[in-house]
Amino acid sequence: MEAPAEIRVVRCGGSRITFRKAVFTLDSKFLLCPSGDAIKVFSSSTEECVHVLQGHANLVTGIVLNPSNHLQVYSCSLDGTVKLWDFTDGILIKTYVVGPSIFSIHVSKKHDGVVFLVVPMASNKSQEVYQLVALHLPRSPGQEVEAKEMSAVICDISPLPRAISFGREGEYIASAKGVQLSVYFFRKQKEYRFSLKATDKKGAKNSFTCVSCHPEDDCIATGHADGKIRLWRNFNQKKEYTYSTEQWHHSAVAALTFSPQGTKLLSGGTESVLVQWHYGAVTKKDFLPRLGSAIEHISVSPDGALYCTSHRDNKVIVIQSSLKVSAIIQGLVTGDDVQTELLIDPRTKALVLNGKPGHLQFYSLHRDKQLYNLDIVQQEYIHESGLRQYGVVQAAFDSDGTWLATVEERAEEDGGVDVSLKLWAFSEAAHSFQLNTTIYMPHEGHICSMCFRDGGETTTLVTTGRDGHFKAWVLAEDTDTQGISSHWSCEFVGDYHLLTPSACCFSADGSLLAVSFREVVTVWRPGTWELLATFSQPPGDIRDLCFGRLGCSKFLLGTTTEGVLCCWNLLTCSVEWSTALDVILLQSDPLSDNMAAFSAAAGSTDLFVFKPSEPRPLYSQKAVSSGVVRRAVFAPRQEALQSCEESAQWLNRSRLYFLSDNMDLMTFSIKSEEDRILASSKQLVVDDSVALTPFCLLLGKHRQAQRNEQDPLCEQVAARTQLPQRSTAVRELLHTPAHVLPPASHLCTMFVNSLLISKPGVRGAQESEEEDMESEKEEEMGESEEEMESRDAAGRPAIQNEAADGTASLSKSQERELRQIRKADFSWVSAALDC
Amino acid sequence: MGEFKVHRVRFFDYMPSGIRCMAFNQRTERLALARLDGTVEIFNFSDRYFQEKVIPGNDARSVEAICWVANRLFTTGLNGEITEYDLENLCPKYSVDAFGGPIWTVACNALGTHLAVGCEDGSVKLFEVLPEKIRFEKNLDRQKGRILSLSWHPSGTRIVAGSLDVINIFDVQSGHMMQRMLVDRGTVNSRTRECVVWSVFFLSDFTIISGDSSGKVQIWDSHTGTLNKAHLVSKWDVLALSLSQDESSLLAGTSEGTVVQFQFLSPTLGASEKEWVRTRTFKHHTHDVRAVAEIGTAVVSGGVDTQLVVRPLLDKVDVKSYDTGLRKIQFPHRPLVSCAAKAGLLLFQFPVQLELWRLGEGEGPGRPGHSLIVTRKPEKLLQLKRKGEDHICCSAISPCGSWVVYSTVSSIRLHRLQYDGSNISIAKVPRLPKVLRSAHQLCFSADSSRLFVASSRSTVHVIALSQSECKYLHTFKSSSGSTEPMHLLAASADGRWLAAANRACEVHVYNVRSRKPHCIVPLYGSCPTAMAIHPSTNNLLMVHADQLIFEYSIEEKQYTDWSRRVQKEGLHRLWLERDTPVTGVTFNPSNASQFLLHDTYMFCIVDQRLPLPDQKAQLYNQLTLKSLSEQDRKSYSHAFKFCKKYQPLLCVSVLEDQSVVVVERPLLDIATQLPAPVRQKKFAT
Repeated sequence: MEAPAEIRVVRCGGSRITFRKAVFTLDSKFLLCPSGDAIKVFSSSTEECVHVLQGHANLVTGIVLNPSNHLQVYSCSLDGTVKLWDFTDGILIKTYVVGPSIFSIHVSKKHDGVVFLVVPMASNKSQEVYQLVALHLPRSPGQEVEAKEMSAVICDISPLPRAISFGREGEYIASAKGVQLSVYFFRKQKEYRFSLKATDKKGAKNSFTCVSCHPEDDCIATGHADGKIRLWRNFNQKKEYTYSTEQWHHSAVAALTFSPQGTKLLSGGTESVLVQWHYGAVTKKDFLPRLGSAIEHISVSPDGALYCTSHRDNKVIVIQSSLKVSAIIQGLVTGDDVQTELLIDPRTKALVLNGKPGHLQFYSLHRDKQLYNLDIVQQEYIHESGLRQYGVVQAAFDSDGTWLATVEERAEEDGGVDVSLKLWAFSEAAHSFQLNTTIYMPHEGHICSMCFRDGGETTTLVTTGRDGHFKAWVLAEDTDTQGISSHWSCEFVGDYHLLTPSACCFSADGSLLAVSFREVVTVWRPGTWELLATFSQPPGDIRDLCFGRLGCSKFLLGTTTEGVLCCWNLLTCSVEWSTALDVILLQSDPLSDNMAAFSAAAGSTDLFVFKPSEPRPLYSQKAVSSGVVRRAVFAPRQEALQSCEESAQWLNRSRLYFLSDNMDLMTFSIKSEEDRILASSKQLVVDDSVALTPFCLLLGKHRQAQRNEQDPLCEQVAARTQLPQRSTAVRELLHTPAHVLPPASHLCTMFVNSLLISKPGVRGAQESEEEDMESEKEEEMGESEEEMESRDAAGRPAIQNEAADGTASLSKSQERELRQIRKADFSWVSAALDC
Repeated sequence: MGEFKVHRVRFFDYMPSGIRCMAFNQRTERLALARLDGTVEIFNFSDRYFQEKVIPGNDARSVEAICWVANRLFTTGLNGEITEYDLENLCPKYSVDAFGGPIWTVACNALGTHLAVGCEDGSVKLFEVLPEKIRFEKNLDRQKGRILSLSWHPSGTRIVAGSLDVINIFDVQSGHMMQRMLVDRGTVNSRTRECVVWSVFFLSDFTIISGDSSGKVQIWDSHTGTLNKAHLVSKWDVLALSLSQDESSLLAGTSEGTVVQFQFLSPTLGASEKEWVRTRTFKHHTHDVRAVAEIGTAVVSGGVDTQLVVRPLLDKVDVKSYDTGLRKIQFPHRPLVSCAAKAGLLLFQFPVQLELWRLGEGEGPGRPGHSLIVTRKPEKLLQLKRKGEDHICCSAISPCGSWVVYSTVSSIRLHRLQYDGSNISIAKVPRLPKVLRSAHQLCFSADSSRLFVASSRSTVHVIALSQSECKYLHTFKSSSGSTEPMHLLAASADGRWLAAANRACEVHVYNVRSRKPHCIVPLYGSCPTAMAIHPSTNNLLMVHADQLIFEYSIEEKQYTDWSRRVQKEGLHRLWLERDTPVTGVTFNPSNASQFLLHDTYMFCIVDQRLPLPDQKAQLYNQLTLKSLSEQDRKSYSHAFKFCKKYQPLLCVSVLEDQSVVVVERPLLDIATQLPAPVRQKKFAT
């Protein structure tokens, strides 16, 4: 079965926002970060994502403000295009098609109409050699323009943007690669190259890591692999150049930036300390320590009031120039290795995985935002390689999210391992997980797997260990001087022929426990812990076990290391079917009876989605990802889709997320869904002077509601006109940048119409303000779509919404009633019960 | 190449003295350097940094400041005197008391007509420089607090003086103070301690630069008396400043052992406005840098850790060559050890004493590269303290071991030694001939019957020694009329010839028997650093400061064929680029065609029969040769064989029993004897 074209593997957010330097807008209100294929516009004060500029087809590798219009931004991408955006409205203005992949972009005010790009040198593709080219942007009016007028500036340079910097007033450009610094003067068209020795007797590693030019003086600051910072002067001479050396960092200087006034020099590196050097008095420096993770980029706002550091753990910190942290924008932390499974927190529906070292992060997929970090290890992490430190290796939630079990490990020097199992209870008061029980060394050695019993009256946790046992843990109450408290304790220790258990799994209703011992699957009854049945499918050890869900709960699926996917019928205790498929990852959808199996094929991973009861897969796709898929999870959707396509129905209730080989979080998206997102992303901002945050929207609504109350007449006028609301039209006319407006002839009639005074009172004023508000908003949405479809203002989108709801469509009045009931005080009921 | 039994001597506790101050004479390219013990040394920077002259110190005289006036050298010290030196006789010429207490600093004006000295009592005194003397002219207004640093404005009308907590500017004409600039005490050291302005410079644009004890280099405007800019350079003191001739570069030496360079640069390229910008930091010292000199092409620094460091500025040189390497001069370029080859005795020369040691003995046939079992330990036989306050400038022991002679700038003392294996007795020879006043170099003939004394005005006295008396025989006068001091003497084994080299690079050969000058070796531009006469062929072998080797046949009065071949083919590049001059030549008594050369870091055996290495050949090729077969070895071997096992070397000589004595002085031993450096925070401690 060929994969239908409309299901696509996409980066779904959670991508790195620290891949390249973040860029402040001129007024420092917004921060632009490249994030995967898109650019995110964050409010620098509220940390909220205001816009997502989508349009590139590959990784965005650089953004710069348009020097001639500070409301526009250039972006470049590996897809070989440069795009010009209006970031206040989130609109793509122009696309320049360049051709080769672009690795970074640089501009300067002096070079109008020219952007400098780093592209691979065409001559030798085998070695990765890059050159800096000047691209003259054609002035043709079209949306998509071919730009081919390129001239090489410097050859053989580093592709990293931090190794290139424009000098004072764009007179020269400095670039560093290896142990060589080259400075190209545009006016004289002359290039000077300065080399350092690769190493010297004292073992200094002199290679350059980053470059920054002083904005007013002719001084180039360079960072080096051994932590030195050199300040170069007199570099327009071949020999009489000079430099001074400063050192604070003990390992490589990763980022170096002058403030726009040139009074400060900021540097950062693995030490996670932002160092502020005073230009002219370099012995004086200020520090901002404990930033949590290695600094990779530093940028400064154009007025110098805000600094912004990008960190390796996908975090952007906005810092005031007094070195006080003012905002932290945290993305999904995917380190080099995610050891826990991907989990979905049943309460918040957040994705849970390893975050910072020793932590679990809760990441909201819906809002593409980290919710919080849970400190599991509760020990200070030391930023030094080669240390043996505790790491979280396993985690599991029970079905309603009240219990969280975590396993942390630390390798001992003698080859042994230090394991502790921790159980965390969700506390309503603290609104967080709190440690309930710590079990030190639950098994002799590693814990292979762990799962909670979903159904049943008591919560049970089963762990399997490398020591040949599986253990069941239950919550036991014990009384001590403080009163009654409940802790977890071991209830049962099971084994089977002294084989090492690997996977374990509870059935959906919690009535059966399957534990695999090498090639044998044993089925146990929880509670009494009697062995009910054994299955075996040699050759090969069992790798993964999974019970079917809902309609297929009579099936138990297992995968073996020898490449067999096997399905047992628990009623007949026989193999229902088996197929030769090397499944590396088996996941079941908790909301349906679908299962997803990832199988490794040469160099890539294939996906099969199937129902255990049906012989044909629902969906299959070859090569969903290059490399091995490490982890996957089904995450429930906020609202179910109504997909007509049969092959896409498995995506209706939940989405499948997976972590690819290079730690990108990917998901599957349907075309119709994408279209909807794209349409909604094109809407204009309500008011571009205020960052659009939920709080602002709330306030705005409130204020507008008040105004409407005071001025019903005006409101009615607005509501009655078939044309767009008056205020909106005028506002839009005045506030939208001229280049995105339709021709004046179009607008004229609309504008004049909006000025006409019409008769009041056709529409009933009995409708609640709330509803008016909604319709108004939808109107705005409608207009913003450029086609200007003529349709009634309130009707269709509302219907669409209801249709999309699918499960329970309540009318507005019913909803309001429900809300009122919820608000009502029912405490008297409990009081009565107590009596 | 032959096997040797080696006496590895490590009991020579030679301790160089720390460097106190220095002055560079741009015109003659000589660096004058004064050490803490009062020794003044002159290095010739145009001749491979060769230590040309050494004026021994004196206990009563300390040197605090040093200054060139044209070719005349002046020092001042804590004894309150200004001393001029006689650079031909290597002794103080005269001293003038300034009557202001200890003198901390001296400065000469640009024309070289006046000296200004800063005294303990707070006065600045001007002296007029006259031929052969200086004369007190006047006092400038006396201030409170000692004057520690002085600098003339290039026009000669103003003087700036650094004192405690204050910098004063004087008008030379009137002698009145014009400006008074207070120096901030800083927060690094406690505020109660005075800020000492260790060094100050007056630039031609009326900028003043000062370095002080709170670690700041400050730039002042002398018209307004205001501070323009302060650079905090060190947590401790900035002890020395040095300005380049064109006033574009400034060096500051600090207590932390660093030398910081400042350059006068314009902040934007091509603009005319300039400012002082801190650029490079050099760290070659472990202790206080007491003296720095910016000589245009290099940074010269010296301090308490006793070594003189020459760090070339690569941006000022055109081609990478011998001169562009970093150079550390730690040991004197003259032998301090003399060896009695027949008696197996070593004489060590210290500034205030001589030590006589008997070499130990080892046992049994050892394998190459292994050490023998010591059966008799080396023994210190004698410690001879010098008389008077002058330091010893040269010494010698006769080959038979029965005569010891040493000289100071004021006297020569000859001792007769009797040693029968267990008892030692020493007797001073009472009445020396009147001509023996002082010596620049001393040498015994091979049969110990003659003593040659190189004395002032390039003369060599010949003294006959016998059991009963010592008799003055003859004086060889310099036939060229040169008055430069002799620094090398070499007597032939048969007693016929005496070669004497002086600082003017002349090598005279005298016939001792006929008491006549024999010839002068053709003049070569570089100073000879070591020479010896071959015992059998009577060829004079000379090694010069530029590492070239000459062999001169005395009898034929011409260079030998081998020497001509060396000149024609040239020596290997690596040989020419070595760091230190050859300070010793000896001959292998068992093989007439071989001789030994040594410098501080190696000794080598040169075989005159083997071909010279060409430029492409591997110079240090012993390891390669070892791996080759017998036949290949012949084609690859060349005249030079190196041994770098013993470092740093102060002396290599061959005893009568074919064993080699090497005298080492490990740098670590010197470092442990130095005072503790200032405390510095080291990373991760």
